[in-house]
Amino acid sequence: MSLWVIQRDLLLAMRRRSDVLTTLFFFIIVVSLFPLGVGPEINILRTMAPGVVWVAALLASMLSLGRMFSSDYLDGTLEQMLLSPQSLSMLVLGKALAHWLVTGVPLVLMSPVLGIQYDLSADALLVLTASLLLGTPVLSLIGAIGAALTLGLRGGGVLVSLLVLPLYIPILIFGAGAVEASAAGLGAGAHLSLLGAFLLASLVLAPWATAVSLRISME
Amino acid sequence: MSILQGSDLECVRGDRRLFRDINFSLNAGELLQVHGPNGSGKTSLLRMLCGLATPAHGKICWHGTDIRSLKGDYYGAITYLGHLSGVKDDLTAIENLRISSALAGVEIEAKKAHEALQHMGLGGRELLPAKVLSQGQRRRVALARLLVCGTVLWILDEPLAALDSAAVKLMQTLLEQHLGKGGMVVMTTHQEIDITTGATQRLQLT
Repeated sequence: MSLWVIQRDLLLAMRRRSDVLTTLFFFIIVVSLFPLGVGPEINILRTMAPGVVWVAALLASMLSLGRMFSSDYLDGTLEQMLLSPQSLSMLVLGKALAHWLVTGVPLVLMSPVLGIQYDLSADALLVLTASLLLGTPVLSLIGAIGAALTLGLRGGGVLVSLLVLPLYIPILIFGAGAVEASAAGLGAGAHLSLLGAFLLASLVLAPWATAVSLRISME
Repeated sequence: MSILQGSDLECVRGDRRLFRDINFSLNAGELLQVHGPNGSGKTSLLRMLCGLATPAHGKICWHGTDIRSLKGDYYGAITYLGHLSGVKDDLTAIENLRISSALAGVEIEAKKAHEALQHMGLGGRELLPAKVLSQGQRRRVALARLLVCGTVLWILDEPLAALDSAAVKLMQTLLEQHLGKGGMVVMTTHQEIDITTGATQRLQLT
């Protein structure tokens, strides 16, 4: 299995902690800027909270996508991955999960604290965290496809945002929608189920698409 | 039938044809040395042999089957060392070796990794991060993989680059032992290397 790939990427992340912290601080700062800019009108803040947190999470997870494959590409490890007798899709899945553990999980853990700035109720905070927990792995999995397609291109960082951000739209709609629905008394169940479905579909399809893209990029 | 066979291989880069009609066959215990000036397509040929690049024409067969359809079975039988050695700056020599061999499908214990690094002349430096090692020492870390992987076919792109004369001698013994055990080697090198065991073929690219 690809457990040791996850282990390796976590080890590398530990040795370069600054990269991990940049993503987290970017998220915290973007989310905190809005109340300062919009002003302390509690009703407006409450309405915009889920959207702001989710957009910040999308941008934060984009920020580190470039690094997902590029360092392995530059030092030749990626060639060795392509030549591994193990399935490339499983290796990619391992790398995407490691990316989520390093960039997604800290955002999920931080979001309830940031939600307090927007005066969200305890229920809304819970739904927000749950939606991020289901949604952020999808961001890493879809992002991996974009990162693989733009590998080795000049200005790949901008290109990857143009490729990947449109694909993030459904996650954004249902992620932020879950909190609004629960605030409106409709219950967040439907939205969360859809996010779960996105997660399952991307778990199956994204590693395969990424593996194909990597083989094309490396040729 | 030969174990590794390339027939009518052609390589095109952009609108330039690097080589065409390349034929070779390799049997157990044989070494294929690829010669040619810079830019003649040596690395391209080696990348084709590993299946990283597709030839514009012709095919490469392993035990009579196209390597394109073998995939994982073929990858398990080869070790490729390219220009980029796949050594991570932030990992120690021993972590690098253990991880790269796990990637090649062979999980090794710390003790075995220690022995391999010692053999490559890196004793006492196993726990240093690769970024403080010299170019030649990083190359040795990459080459240590050959000791532990136990594959049949080695595809080596300039394995002697940045190595000192003691390490070149070490590589020579390593290659001779491998060929003596019935292994196969395809390599490019600008340095002269004397291999006495097994049959040596030369392939000249223009």
